[in-house]
Amino acid sequence: MSLVKLRDLRVTFRTRDRTVHAVNGVDLDLAAGETLCILGESGSGKSVTLRALMRLLPRFAEVQGTVEVAGQDVTRMSESALTDLRGRDVAMIFQEPMTAMDPVFTIGQQIAETVRRHERVSRADAEARALELLELVQIPSAKRRLAAYPHELSGGLRQRAMIAVALACRPKLLLADEPTTALDATVQIQVLLLLRELQQRFNMGVIFVTHDLGVAGEIADRVAVMYAGRVVEEGPVSGLMSGPLHPYAQGLLGATVHPGMRGKRLTTIPGAPPALDKEPTACAFAPRCDRAHEPCLADVPSLREPVAGRRARCVLVPDQTAWCVSEALSPAP
Amino acid sequence: MDALPPSADRGGPAQPLLRLDGLVKHFPLKGGLLGRTQAVVRAVDGVGFDVRKGETLGIVGESGCGKSTTARLLMRLLDPDSGTMVFDGEAVGGNAQSGGLPLRAYRRQVQMVFQDSYASLNPRLPIEDSVAFAPKVHGLGNAEAVRRARDMLAAVGLAPANFARRYPHELSGGQRQRVNIARALALRPRLVILDEPVSALDKSVEAQVLNLLVDLKEEFGLTYVFISHDLNVVQYISDRVLVMYLGEVTEIGPVERIYERPAHPYTAALLASRPSMDPSNRRTAPPLTGDPPNPVNPPSGCRFRTRCPHAEAVCAERKPIMADLGVGHAAACHIANPGSGHSLAEKVAA
Ligand SMILES: Nc1ncnc2c1ncn2[C@@H]1O[C@H](COP(=O)(O)OP(=O)(O)OP(=O)(O)O)[C@@H](O)[C@H]1O
Ligand SMILES: Nc1ncnc2c1ncn2[C@@H]1O[C@H](COP(=O)(O)OP(=O)(O)OP(=O)(O)O)[C@@H](O)[C@H]1O
Ligand SMILES: [Mg+2]
Ligand SMILES: [Mg+2]
Repeated sequence: MSLVKLRDLRVTFRTRDRTVHAVNGVDLDLAAGETLCILGESGSGKSVTLRALMRLLPRFAEVQGTVEVAGQDVTRMSESALTDLRGRDVAMIFQEPMTAMDPVFTIGQQIAETVRRHERVSRADAEARALELLELVQIPSAKRRLAAYPHELSGGLRQRAMIAVALACRPKLLLADEPTTALDATVQIQVLLLLRELQQRFNMGVIFVTHDLGVAGEIADRVAVMYAGRVVEEGPVSGLMSGPLHPYAQGLLGATVHPGMRGKRLTTIPGAPPALDKEPTACAFAPRCDRAHEPCLADVPSLREPVAGRRARCVLVPDQTAWCVSEALSPAP
Repeated sequence: MDALPPSADRGGPAQPLLRLDGLVKHFPLKGGLLGRTQAVVRAVDGVGFDVRKGETLGIVGESGCGKSTTARLLMRLLDPDSGTMVFDGEAVGGNAQSGGLPLRAYRRQVQMVFQDSYASLNPRLPIEDSVAFAPKVHGLGNAEAVRRARDMLAAVGLAPANFARRYPHELSGGQRQRVNIARALALRPRLVILDEPVSALDKSVEAQVLNLLVDLKEEFGLTYVFISHDLNVVQYISDRVLVMYLGEVTEIGPVERIYERPAHPYTAALLASRPSMDPSNRRTAPPLTGDPPNPVNPPSGCRFRTRCPHAEAVCAERKPIMADLGVGHAAACHIANPGSGHSLAEKVAA
């Protein structure tokens, strides 16, 4: 049984002023112990998809589709069942730890409180667990740090403390929304390696949102690339990084500055993503795609599996084996 | 005739465009009941380097190491506590008596682009007026300033007919950053300081803006100081790279040399922290542990020694001097300095 099952997830924000079709039919699966990275431009629906898994969207958001976590239907859960789910089975970490932590409680109090909310343990045991967790996330002088308030820690330590809070009850699923984006390169790699180690040790499922291809390369088993509220390509990370199928994924890879590109002109993707005031009824990437032709505008391309284990939402990708695909798709000279 | 022409070159190509020496900027930390100064943040602590004519000088280093403070000193948005700045042979901040370059004339020749494309534009002005503002302040007539603004918008790829009258909120992040670049170029500066100019942009847009910066540099004969935490972007765009750690310069040199043979252990660790981009060959151990020390109370001697794998007694006792490694490469590390007393230094020399 998969840990996460999303089927035709749709999220629309409708207010008096405007409507945003943020997510327009997302299917995703995650197995226990697997790490999936969601990549995509700003506004493509990554965070909204992640929040839908924990039902953390505002009340006015219209959510349709199947959202199952650990076999439970999240869309139909009672508030109390949801409270049980959050923190115990599923935990979330964010880009800015200050928004997720309470500034008036010490790190130790926050971890102990999370433990006691979900498990019947004594205060002393909860505090002992807090210390263990700070050591687990490699916070130096952990004992002293238990008494620290969030603002007293550096960005990297705060991010580790938030991971400690998230792991307090050994969740089966960890949702991470750009948790390393605000960190320095030297600290980012520390946190990524830490997350990878903890994920393996506890056999956690992880969904990790990022716009950084390099981050996905370090931690992902599989990658889903989103565009305008849909998954346009999905598959193992190595395939995506060595030969993306969808023209948007190809553009993204081409536009990412790699070592050794000095003096070469960077590939760009012309134009801008669509305004999502209406649900796209054709390939949403077609207006920016130099290979777009009539069939691209006829309908929303279906998510096919042109290569075993890899899916793409593009009519141009022929059903072939992996090595043929990259040749068939490379632009004419 | 151009009413506000670009400033002419003075000292010829060999003279540095900007020469900084011993720049210091400390920020007082106020605290306690009376708001007395309790301590100082040593944000920039004796920084010196040259910016050569026509080059792109990249600046890298961890968050809080003083990159933006250095940029604001270069722009003279901040006054240094001490140190000197010489622009194309003239001391910056002079007056009629002392000679040198008055601040107003200096500011015309040095412009800056910030990371936050939204906060740096006036939300109530059409972008054309934002771009025309500085030329007007510097004495260009209204019609001419607007013409200059439209030329600049065209130069950054925003067709004036379509974009000139738009407000910042009617633009995407990448388009807003183009407006900021147009605005920085409207005075025809010689030096442009770019502080994380692409960090807030999506990758596809980042590539557009980087291509644009390369084109504009060529077209207008500019010199760039380019600050970024993205080490791949710095490698792509820079001719030389300056590495900072805790308010000091630790290493400077040609980009290929720094990326291939970093001499300072901090530079090596920083570069090794880049994601591998190869899922079958992932990083296994972090090159650096711990966070940077507090700039209020930096370590004695070499400031990197608390995290350095090669630290020895000498590193705590004496501050390393900049060792000249040839080809314009220099590093502030005892290991790079034969005779420093560090056990590895002798091996390098031998
Ligand atoms: N609470 C909300 N009310 C209205 N619109 C919203 C809300 N939350 C998100 N949206 C809109 O939904 C779309 C998708 O947003 P989402 O936050 O998922 O993007 P993202 O892919 O995470 O982007 P980023 O990389 O910038 O974080 C955007 O157009 C956004 O403006
Ligand atoms: N106006 C100020 N008052 C007090 N401290 C300041 C001020 N500006 C900067 N600092 C401090 O000076 C140090 C250097 O800051 P600076 O902004 O130059 O770093 P940076 O290298 O640009 O970092 P980042 O990569 O995060 O932008 C930091 O410790 C910062 O907190
Ligand atoms: Mg987001
Ligand atoms: Mg800065």
